[in-house]
Order: sequence, then C-alpha cells, then structure tokens
Amino acid sequence: MGVVLLSIALMTIDHRQHHLDSMRGALSVVVYPLQLLVDLPGNTVDWFRESLATRRQLQEENFSLRKQQLVLNTQLQKLETLEAENRHLRALLDSSFQVGERPMLIAALLSVDMDPYRHQIEINKGSLDNLFDGQPLLDSRGVMGQLIHVGPFTSTAMLITDPAHAIPVQINRNGLRTIALGTGKFDQLELPNIPNNADIQVGDLLVSSGLGGRFPPGYPVAEVVEIEQDPGRAFSQVLAQPRAQLDRSREVLLVWPEQIEHPSMQDASEPPVEEAP
Amino acid sequence: MNLTRSHGGIIILITLALAMILTIIPLPDSLVRLRPDWVGLTLIFWCLALPYRVSVGSGFVVGLLLDVLSGTLLGQHALALSLTAYVCVRLHARIRAYPAWQQMLTVLVLLVLHQLVVLWVDRTIGRPGHSLAYWLPSLIGMFLWPLVYRWLDSVRRAFSVQ
Repeated sequence: MGVVLLSIALMTIDHRQHHLDSMRGALSVVVYPLQLLVDLPGNTVDWFRESLATRRQLQEENFSLRKQQLVLNTQLQKLETLEAENRHLRALLDSSFQVGERPMLIAALLSVDMDPYRHQIEINKGSLDNLFDGQPLLDSRGVMGQLIHVGPFTSTAMLITDPAHAIPVQINRNGLRTIALGTGKFDQLELPNIPNNADIQVGDLLVSSGLGGRFPPGYPVAEVVEIEQDPGRAFSQVLAQPRAQLDRSREVLLVWPEQIEHPSMQDASEPPVEEAP
Repeated sequence: MNLTRSHGGIIILITLALAMILTIIPLPDSLVRLRPDWVGLTLIFWCLALPYRVSVGSGFVVGLLLDVLSGTLLGQHALALSLTAYVCVRLHARIRAYPAWQQMLTVLVLLVLHQLVVLWVDRTIGRPGHSLAYWLPSLIGMFLWPLVYRWLDSVRRAFSVQ
C-alpha cells in the first residue's frame, strides 16, 4: 500500500507547494502525442477549409478585414493622443502609474477536453516559449484566465469562471474595487461583499485592477448583468458576464509583465528570463 | 518468449492510450459530463485478465498520466486507480466467475470507487460539490462493460497477450 501513501504525498505536495512542476512537465511531454493526435482532425479541417476557399471568399474576407483595420487604426490614433495627454497630466501630478506596451504572444487552444468540472484549457505553447506559472491569458475582448501548469510544449490555463478562481477587478466608471469569483458557469462571475449602498449599476464594465500583481491593470474582465438587493441581507448579490469568449475563442494572447522583457522580441542570444511575476 | 511478452505489453499500452484519447476527445457540451470512464474500464479489464502483469503499479502510472491530461491534482486519479486496481486484482478470480449481470454490478462499484476517491480529494482541497449527475458516467460505464469486455477480449485473443 506504499502506492497509496505515495499518491497522498504527491497530492499534498502538489496542492501546497510547487515542487512538482518539473514532474508534471515531464509527464505532460509523455501525453503530448495523445493531445496532438486528438487535436489533429480539427486542425486538418481548418487547413482544408482555408486551402479550398475560393478567390471571392478570400477577397471578401480581405475587404472586411481592411475595413476593420481602418476603423481600429482610427481608434488607435485617438488612443495615442489620449495616452500622450494622460502621460503629460500624470507627469504634472508626479504619478508613477503608467499603461505601457507589453510584449504579447499568440497561442492556439488544443481541442482536447479536460475534467468537465474544472474550467481549464490546454494551449500549444509552453516553457520553451518562456511562458511562466501565473501568466495572464487574454482574448481580443478581455481577460480569460491564467496559466497554472507550464510544460515544455503545452500549458494548462485556469479560466476566470472556474469555481476556484478569483480576479481583483474595479468598476471602470468609478474605480470601486472588488473581486470577481468564478461560479462554474461560462457566462457568470460573482461579485461578493458589495454593500447594498455601493454605487454599482447594471452595464458597468469591470476592468482588472492590477492589485495582487498577477493581472495587468486596465483590461476588461466582465460586465455587470444582474444586481439583486435584498434589504434583509448585508450585501447585494451581483452577477457579471465575462467579456472574453471563454468557450469560443480559438486563439489566446499571452501577456508579459512590463519589467520582464520577452527575449524573442530582442536578440535571440540572450538567455531566457525565468522570474516569478 | 521474451519477444511475445514485450509484444503483449505494447498491446496493453495501445489500448490504454486509446482509452486516454477517448477521455480527452472533444464532445458537445451536453455530453461532456456523461463521458464514461474509459481508462477505468480498460484498466479493470486488464486487471481481471492479466492480474500478474497489470495491477496497482500500472494503475498508479496510468492515473498520473490521467491527472496531467485532465488537469487535476497530481496523484488524484493515481490514488483512485491504484485502489481500483488493487480491489480488482484481489478479487479477480471471483469476479471472473460471476455471471454477466453480477460482473456489471461489480464494475459499477469499482467505477464508483474511482469517482468517489476523486470527489473526496476535490472536497478536501475545498472545491465545490456536484449534483447527482456526477455519478452518471459510472452508470454508463456499467452498461458499456459487456461491450468493452467483448472487444478487449477479442483484441487479447487476436494478439495472444498472455
């Protein structure tokens, strides 16, 4: 029955500390071929669809993308002006806060299923691409989650809707800080401990507050969809809907904190930086 | 002799790998929570058929891989599957002699044991509980057992895995 003791020891260590990351990494290499095999059919279908697309479809897509880029560029111009103005004002106030450019990397989801009672996803990048534990994950609309296990080729990420996940957020309109907890449903986050008299409305945008140091500040997380105020209870019950398309996105963005430069963006000769966030 | 032994080992590995593939293959959202425990079923079969080759140790290793695949705590499925394998090997002579329906019930108990240990560990580390539907995969696994048994047995005979 040594095996039982061994597994209990393993679970304890894995739950309490992070000494087993290398072991999990090694095991994840063993199962990588299986994951690739399962991912293959979907990939092949995508590839066929792309290579069999007609000229007209491509032209249409090109056109719409161009249009979209034009719109985005216009908005970006405005953003640049605003950023310059903001920096100027901050400088006048001697404030150290900055919203800067961050290195980013695009990763694709592996289409494999994991434990149905955990909101986790597997992505096709790992420590070879300098990902690290706890790294934030975004899609084009908002924050998706964070990495919890990083293997050499693949990584596992926990989504913000997992019941064990919490993300510090603030209301974009007035800066009220709170925490958004996962509920186990893909379209629901819960904001606990909001007093009945707090200034919060349906439609308020929640952005990451950057407290806790894990998520970069200022990225959209969720939108408040339901506020239930019961005078009999101390706190109102607030539900929010995640901005990111948690169950639909195929591509995700990985963000690096500003102080740690992503080596592949500079010269390749530099050794990879491995630092805690 | 040596050659046939290693040959048989490969077949066992392949069936277990197939079971793992079935475990991670994407299903529609409505079916995800009904997915039977393919790895458990396969492991139970090999424990019954070849208890001197596949037993607690194999259950442990397979469980560890399953932990990595499903993103659970390292050791969670390992503990559950080694316990399943232990019971299975301990009672293999008896279970083999059972009539089909009794065998199915035994398999149900073994599958529930696997899920129960996983659930215990989940609750211990403070994850929220599940509805009764959590146990459906074991029930489905029970009804699939005769099919799995027949198929794996024909594989075993075809490749004469001893």
